[in-house]
Amino acid sequence: MPFVLDLFAQALNGLSYGVLLFLLSVGLTLIFGMLDVVNLAHGSFYMLGAYAGLTLIAATGNFWLALAAAPLVVGMIGVVIERSCLRPLYWRGPLDQVLLTFGLIYLFEDLVKWIWGGRIRSIPPPDLFSGSVTLWGATVPSYRMFVIAFGLVMAVVLWLLIERTRLGAIIRAGVFDSEMAAGMGINVDRVFTGVFAFGAGLAGLSGVIAGPIQSAQPPMGATILVPALIVVVVGGLGSLKGSLVGSLIIGQAETFGKAWLPGASMLIIYLVMALVLLLRPQGLFGRALK
Amino acid sequence: MIPRGIAIAALIVGAAVFPAFAGKYPVKLLQEILIWGIFAMSLDLLMGYAGMVSLGHSAFFGVGGYVAALALLKSPDVVSGLLLPAAAAALAALAIGFFSIRVSGVYFIMLTLAFSQMFYAVTFQVAWLGAEDGIVGVPRLAALGLDTAQPLQFHLYLVGLAAVAALCLWRIVRSPFGHVLRGIHENEPRMEALGYAVNRYKLLAFVIAGTVAGVAGSLYTQLVGSITPDAFLWTTSGEALLMVIIGGTGTLAGSMLGAAAFILLQSLVSSYTERWMLILGLTFVLLVLFAPGGLVGALRGRVGIRS
Repeated sequence: MPFVLDLFAQALNGLSYGVLLFLLSVGLTLIFGMLDVVNLAHGSFYMLGAYAGLTLIAATGNFWLALAAAPLVVGMIGVVIERSCLRPLYWRGPLDQVLLTFGLIYLFEDLVKWIWGGRIRSIPPPDLFSGSVTLWGATVPSYRMFVIAFGLVMAVVLWLLIERTRLGAIIRAGVFDSEMAAGMGINVDRVFTGVFAFGAGLAGLSGVIAGPIQSAQPPMGATILVPALIVVVVGGLGSLKGSLVGSLIIGQAETFGKAWLPGASMLIIYLVMALVLLLRPQGLFGRALK
Repeated sequence: MIPRGIAIAALIVGAAVFPAFAGKYPVKLLQEILIWGIFAMSLDLLMGYAGMVSLGHSAFFGVGGYVAALALLKSPDVVSGLLLPAAAAALAALAIGFFSIRVSGVYFIMLTLAFSQMFYAVTFQVAWLGAEDGIVGVPRLAALGLDTAQPLQFHLYLVGLAAVAALCLWRIVRSPFGHVLRGIHENEPRMEALGYAVNRYKLLAFVIAGTVAGVAGSLYTQLVGSITPDAFLWTTSGEALLMVIIGGTGTLAGSMLGAAAFILLQSLVSSYTERWMLILGLTFVLLVLFAPGGLVGALRGRVGIRS
């Protein structure tokens, strides 16, 4: 049954792309929910993660070390950006934040070109997952299986962190109503910095993870932003669950579109978004619009 | 009022006679500034006056550019070069606006962005639109006794159209319609309570802005002789947004000034260093942080006051 096999292989591809989008969009949605900032530079953090990973792998020869350290590096950059650029803008309208983060895209893209050059660089997968596995007759690169497993574990960890811990309760309170949270004696300033850095770090993590599949190149930050924004819009702004469901839907839509409707593949994710917005303008799990 | 009128007339004359004094490259820069200035002004009508921040304005620039390219290749007349691109952009704006104006704020930004990316996706993949390479070898308009293949005539045609576009938009923002838009910007529920059909006003503003952007797109195609899917990219809208902000939102002259600053900065920095994107990005970050009213705001000494 080659058709079923093809279906299965495509579904796995879609799933690995979907969990990647999830790691990326969860930071975007948390930052929006908490700080009310649409961070257009979120894709830049993804790019920075990929390049930091590249350098760390070249220096240490160890993928796992890079996977652990690159998000920390990007998280630190996030701290600096939040403190120096975004903090003075919170009291201003969303427009200034959109523009500032748009300026950051240019800045980071050129910085990366300067340091690493403009050509496409590939990140080798770790030795452990450099081969491929056969699952019920379908041959899949084992690295993709690792990405799927890693992404799903991360989804559970994030869910536990946000739904089951005190820190998560603070973040949820902040997302729901940051003024109220401040009134309850929570140091909202520090939580804001923390959430921004955490989101940036997750974007960096997805950049390293994506490296062996999509390679690293300077425009990757601006390119990945659009599907990530679509995931957030489809899932509902500020919703963790929405981010997961949205990622899985968009991941499958894009992958199946590429395989079955190559002539219209780029259009499909927009059509999915338009359909969702027509039926539920606030996204699948978003709060009702004002 | 009179000194301002004289100043504007002087500016138009200055732009018109510019090729007499300057070399080829500065003239080309001025032409780019005029075209991007028209595009930025149209976006400012939405942003600065009606309070609708769009990251999808490139959709109309691109539609104007593509329709002009297809039509001019058939017959380089006024209908192909101006009327068809404007009408097509207006139609696209009507369709996109119909859906987008229902939401506001961040949702509006994202929805408009997604719509313009749809155009990108289509033009990137459709073979008869040239796919990735776009449409090349587009002739310039030749009609009404104009032969815009002649550099000087093309220049005058651009200056004239930029002046007409600026005048039209200026009349619009000063009209009662423009005041209603400003009222919607200030307080939408109040305007609704006063009995204004807010959505109809917003849609009309969206269509006007889209139409003017379509003309800018057509002029751009005529300037460079080609159009590619990149015209639709959301970053194109972002650049126009930056021009408006650099100049100062809510001032049409500011948009033109912002376009000039953007293009001059880009060409100046790129002639000295390869790192122009870095410097451009840094400039924007610093501008947003320290000159929130834009250049016009800074010139008026009103930095820090925001509507």
